[in-house]
Amino acid sequence: MRYEAPESLEGAVALLAGAKGEARVLAGGTDLLVQMRADMVDPELIVDIKKIPETRTVTEEKGGWRIGAAVTGAELKEHARLKKVWPGVVEAANLIGSTQVQGRATLGGNLCNGSPAADSVPALIAAGALATLAGPKGRRDLPVEDVMLGPRKLALTKGEIVVSFLLPPRPARSSDAYLRFIPRTEMDIAVVGAGVSLTLDAGGTITAARVSLGAVAARVLLVAEAAQAIIGSRLDRAAQDRLEAAARAACRPIDDKRGTIEFRTDVAAVLARRTALIALDRARAN
Amino acid sequence: MAKHHIEATVNGDPVEFLCETEDTLLDVLRDTLDLTGSKEGCSSGDCGACSVMLDGRLVCSCLVLGCEVGGRKIETIEGLAKGESLHPLQRRFLEAAALQCGICTPGFLVASKALLEKNPNPSEHEVRFWLAGNLCRCTGYDKIVTAVMDTAAILRKG
Repeated sequence: MRYEAPESLEGAVALLAGAKGEARVLAGGTDLLVQMRADMVDPELIVDIKKIPETRTVTEEKGGWRIGAAVTGAELKEHARLKKVWPGVVEAANLIGSTQVQGRATLGGNLCNGSPAADSVPALIAAGALATLAGPKGRRDLPVEDVMLGPRKLALTKGEIVVSFLLPPRPARSSDAYLRFIPRTEMDIAVVGAGVSLTLDAGGTITAARVSLGAVAARVLLVAEAAQAIIGSRLDRAAQDRLEAAARAACRPIDDKRGTIEFRTDVAAVLARRTALIALDRARAN
Repeated sequence: MAKHHIEATVNGDPVEFLCETEDTLLDVLRDTLDLTGSKEGCSSGDCGACSVMLDGRLVCSCLVLGCEVGGRKIETIEGLAKGESLHPLQRRFLEAAALQCGICTPGFLVASKALLEKNPNPSEHEVRFWLAGNLCRCTGYDKIVTAVMDTAAILRKG
């Protein structure tokens, strides 16, 4: 097994594109090392992307925020300005694992691990984040909801890596939130996750919204009907009911040891409503 | 494939070692550098027995590759005591019987020290959440949490 830690994106892409056998990107390693230890993967090449500066920085860009794919949860937590503008994205990233895992785990890794239950992914999708990819044919941007195709299946081509995420500019009276259900108080895999981002007008009516649900389908869902259900409302009880119905209708979950189809569908509706109410409160305060 | 030649700093001392790609930092610490205070519990980042500081960040050394740490600073449980003088956390853990079998203790101490350096006055809630990645099957946690809170109070008094 080869280990390479290139200092440029071009170097990383060339290594991955030229790999003969299975190649894996190493960011925080909190999934990759566990899978290697369990003999789930046996890569011929590991490309550590943490020495590439743009994977490790958080910067303001065109009024929005660009977050490097290899920035850790602990670093996001300490970024006061990012947390103020995108509290939902940061709280979702911070729900992944323990303090020790937060010291290593990254947004890029959480997405590219390809789990429908990844906590940060519904928050990024609700935020309208773009993933910036670099590959042998150059760079391209993909909406985060289009990166994952199914469990462990990504839209990335050979040699392509996720470099960073771009969160869009935030109008006044906007905010976001993420909630998940787990059967204990922390450090568990989401049975259902819900991310909501919304913007209010001066009168408190929702003018824009995005709703995303995790762990209720083979990929994390962007639920346009759920957003439509609350746009134009002040999130009164009728709008909450419409939101719940739309969330419920979008679910296509599996039965497994962590939750049944019926339970996941019910919880998705409840979480979508609660998450929207938190985002609403935060948006009013902005 | 040739082994990696790595130079790093461990507990303030420069060290160099050879490792295979698949060797974790925990393997290197225990088997190559003979620093056996960090323990191997789960090898999957769930138990925290292998907790160390990597460039000032609390991590599980079982989830770090040895070849990743070139040029970086590592602090382990062996760096807590100064010679014969125990760290206040170590003293309080002993006095408060915050350990039984002891396997988890180095990880708890390293993680608790990291907490108190960030937050000298943590609430019980904060202590419990910070230490949620450290598993203990003996104590039931109460004595550990109390020992950390007591130490925080002692350190605040100076």
